[in-house]
Amino acid sequence: MSEQAVQAPALDRIDDYPTQVIAGLSVRMGRPMPFGATRVPGGVNFSVYSNRASAMTLVLFRLGEQEPFAELPFPPEFRIGGVFAMTVFGLDVEAFEYGYRAAGPATPEVGDRFNPERVLSDPYARMIGGRAEWAVQPDYFNPYVYRSRLPLEDFDWEGDRPLRTPLRDMVIYEVHVRGFTRHPSSGVDAPGTYAGLLQKIPYLVELGVNCVELMPVFEFDECENVGVDPTTGRRLLNYWGYSTVGFFAPKASYAATGRYGMQVDELKNLVKHLHRAGIEVVLDVVFNHTAEGNELGPTISFRGLDNRTYYMLTPEGYYYNFSGAGNTVNCNDPVVRGFVLDCLRYWAADFHIDGFRFDLAAILDRAPDGTPLANPPLVESLAHDPVLRDCTLIAEAWDAGGLYQVGRFPGYFRWSEWNGRYRDVLRRHLKGDLDTVGELATRLVGSPDLYGARGPGASVNFVTAHDGFTLRDLFSYDGKHNEANGEGNRDGDDNNNSWNCGVEGPTDQPDVLALRARQQRNALLLLLCSSGVPMLLAGDEVGRSQHGNNNAYCQDAADNWFDWSLVERNAHLLRFVRAAIALRRVHPVLRRREHPTGRQDRGFFPDVSWHGVRAWQPDWSGGSRLLAMMFYDRPDGGDPAGGDDDCVYLVTNAHWEGHPVELPALPPGLAWHRAADTAAPAPADAYWPGSEPLLEDQRALPVAPRSTVVLVARPPQPEIS
Amino acid sequence: MHIAEYSRGPATVVELAGELDSLTAPAAREELVRLASSGDPLLLDLTKTTYMSSAGLRVLLLVYRQAIGSGTPVALVGLPQLIHDVMAATGFIDFFTIADTVEDGLDVLVGAQL
Repeated sequence: MSEQAVQAPALDRIDDYPTQVIAGLSVRMGRPMPFGATRVPGGVNFSVYSNRASAMTLVLFRLGEQEPFAELPFPPEFRIGGVFAMTVFGLDVEAFEYGYRAAGPATPEVGDRFNPERVLSDPYARMIGGRAEWAVQPDYFNPYVYRSRLPLEDFDWEGDRPLRTPLRDMVIYEVHVRGFTRHPSSGVDAPGTYAGLLQKIPYLVELGVNCVELMPVFEFDECENVGVDPTTGRRLLNYWGYSTVGFFAPKASYAATGRYGMQVDELKNLVKHLHRAGIEVVLDVVFNHTAEGNELGPTISFRGLDNRTYYMLTPEGYYYNFSGAGNTVNCNDPVVRGFVLDCLRYWAADFHIDGFRFDLAAILDRAPDGTPLANPPLVESLAHDPVLRDCTLIAEAWDAGGLYQVGRFPGYFRWSEWNGRYRDVLRRHLKGDLDTVGELATRLVGSPDLYGARGPGASVNFVTAHDGFTLRDLFSYDGKHNEANGEGNRDGDDNNNSWNCGVEGPTDQPDVLALRARQQRNALLLLLCSSGVPMLLAGDEVGRSQHGNNNAYCQDAADNWFDWSLVERNAHLLRFVRAAIALRRVHPVLRRREHPTGRQDRGFFPDVSWHGVRAWQPDWSGGSRLLAMMFYDRPDGGDPAGGDDDCVYLVTNAHWEGHPVELPALPPGLAWHRAADTAAPAPADAYWPGSEPLLEDQRALPVAPRSTVVLVARPPQPEIS
Repeated sequence: MHIAEYSRGPATVVELAGELDSLTAPAAREELVRLASSGDPLLLDLTKTTYMSSAGLRVLLLVYRQAIGSGTPVALVGLPQLIHDVMAATGFIDFFTIADTVEDGLDVLVGAQL
C-alpha cells in the first residue's frame, strides 16, 4: 500500500446521512453508545435507556420555549435492548433543548411510575437550561422545568492534566463556590461564580492550601426550598445544593456566563487555572439521593425513566429514605452503578477533576433493599476504574439511616474517609473533657486503629466542615442557634462538642475573646500537625462566623458568605494559619506516608514518642488534659556524619491551668526552637519556617492554660537565607 | 452577521457586524480563515458585534490559531463590554491580543513586528 493511499481523503460514512423523516426532521437509527446527546457529523445522536419503558419519544424545544417544536417517537428498529437511539440531522446545538417522554406501567405498588405526560430530563444531560439565574424561581407549572442541553465541549486545556498530588502532601480547603466571592467585599468582577473563585487563586496560594473541595456544583434547584426565615422574613433557599438535578451538568448560575450557556467553559477554565497554581480540585458529589424526593416530589428524570432501577423501594413501592432527603439512589443496581461510573469518568476526563468526596457515602454500600454489603460493587468499581485511577476518593462514611462506617468503609486500599472521630475527640479534648488524651494520641498519628492497613492518607482530618459550626462559632456557642432556618431550632446536629468560652455568642469581654482566639489556634495547629490529610473549612482561617447556625444550608445571605473584610480584621489569625501550613510543608515528618510505629529504627529518637509534664512520661490517665508528642525522622538513615534530623515536638494543654513541661534532651548540634505558641500574642504566636527563635531554656517549657506549643529541633544558628 | 474588509496601512481590518453564533459561525469561519492566511497584520473589529455565542468564540479561536500558524499577526479590537466579560470569565480572552481601537491594534501588531 502506498503512502498516498494511506493519506487519501476520508470517506463520509453512510450513517452520516438520514434514512427517514420523523415529525418533519431527518433522522436515522442512532448509536446506542455513548449515552446522552452527542454531536455527530450533520446532527446530534440521542441515546437514552430504560429497561422498563415500553416506548420512548424524543421531545425537542426551541431554547426557552414552553411548547416543543417536535416530538419524535423512537421507531421499534431504533431500539436495542433497553436503549433508544436516534440521530437527528440539522439541529442547531445552541438553539434547542431536549427531553423524553417514557411510556410504561404506572403501577407504583410494584415500583413503576411511568407517565408519558411528563417531559423528562436526560440523566446524561451535560447542561441544564432554565436555571441560569440564581434564586430566580422557575415556573413550576411549565411542563418542562429542568431542560437538557448540549454544550460545545471542545476546550483548549493547553497541556493541563490532573496534578496527582500525593495524599500525604495535601491540604484541603472546603469551599462553597457562590459563598466564597458573593459578598460585596470580595472585589471580584463576577461575584459568586467560578470566574470569581478564579480571581481568588492568589489568596489560596498565599494561604498555602493545595486542594479545593468544591461543595456541590452539579446542577440543583436552590428554589426547591419553600421556607422563610421567621426572624427576618427572608426567603430561604437550598443554598448548599445537596440535591442534584443534573449529575453531568455544572451549576449554571455559578457561572458568570451561565445565561449564555457557557458554564462548561467557565468551570473548565477555573480548573485549568487552579492546576496552574498547583491546586487540585475535588468535587463534593451527591449520589445518595436526587432532587426528586419521595412519591410526593417532582418527577424530573429518573422516576419517570426507570423508578425501580434508580431508587431503593420498600416492598410496597415507597421510597427508602436512608439519605434523609426523601429517596435513596439504588447505587448497587448494575445499571445505576454504570451511571455513576460514567458520570465520574466524565468529570475526571472532561473537566480534569482530581478527586471526589462522596456525600453520605455509606449509602454506596447498601444493597437494593438497604442492607449494608461487605463488598459493595459500586465502591469496588470506583476503586479500580482506569479513568479514575489517579483520582482521590473520599467517603463521608456514614448516612442518615444510622450506618456509621468511619474506619470500616470498604476502601479497597484506595478510598479515604472523612474522619468524624478525629473531629469529635479533638473538640472534646480542647473543651477540656476528660478521657481524651489516649484517643487523641491515636488520632494525631493518623488513626492507625482505623486505617492501619491503608496508611494515614486514608484519614481526612478535620475539626469543622460545611456541616456544623464554623471554627469561630465552635468556641463561641454551647448550643446551635438555627432559628433562622425556620424549623424552631430543631434542625442541625445537637452533638457539637462546642464550648462558648464563658459567654454564649457575641461579647466584648476581652478575656473571653482572647480564649476563643486561642482555642481556634489550638484546633488549627493540632490539625495541621496531625498525620493524615488536613481539611480546612473556608473562612475558618479568618474567623468566619455563622452566628451559631450549625446547619446553614438554606442561608444565602451576606452574613453567611465569606466576608473578605475579615482578611484585614483577623489578619493575625490568617498569618497564624499560613505559618502552620508552612510548618507542615517543610517538615516531612508531619506528612508521613505510613503510620509511625513508636520504634527507634534510626537516628536518635523513635519515629513518635509521647511525653507529659515529664519528658518520656506521658500521662494516659482519664484525668489528664496535657499531652506532648515528638515526631522524629532521619532521612539519611542515621549516618552520624550527616543528614537532617526532622524533629517536631508538640504539646497540647487543655487544662485551665498552665504547666511547666520538661523537654526531651536533644543530641549535640540540635536545639529547640519555638515554631508556634497559641498563648503568645501575635506575631509571636507563629514563626515562619527558618525564623523560629531559639528557646532560652532548653530543658523546661512553660505551657500556658489551654494552649498548644510546637517546637522544632534544628542547629542553633541556622544559615540566614 | 455581516463581514466587511478594508485595508488600513499594512493591515487588513475585518469588521464583524451582528451576531456570531452557531447559525452564522460556519460562513464566518470560512470567510475569516481565507482572510487570516495572508500574512499581513489582521485586525478583527468587534465594535459592531452584538452577540457572541459559545460557537462564535470557538470560531474566533480557530481563526486566531490558523492566523498565528500562517504567520499572520492578529488582534481583536473594539470588544463590547459584554463580550469582553464573557471572554474573560471563560478564559477565551487569554488567548488573544486585545486592543481598544483599530489604531491601538495597529500599534500593537506593527510594533510587535519591529
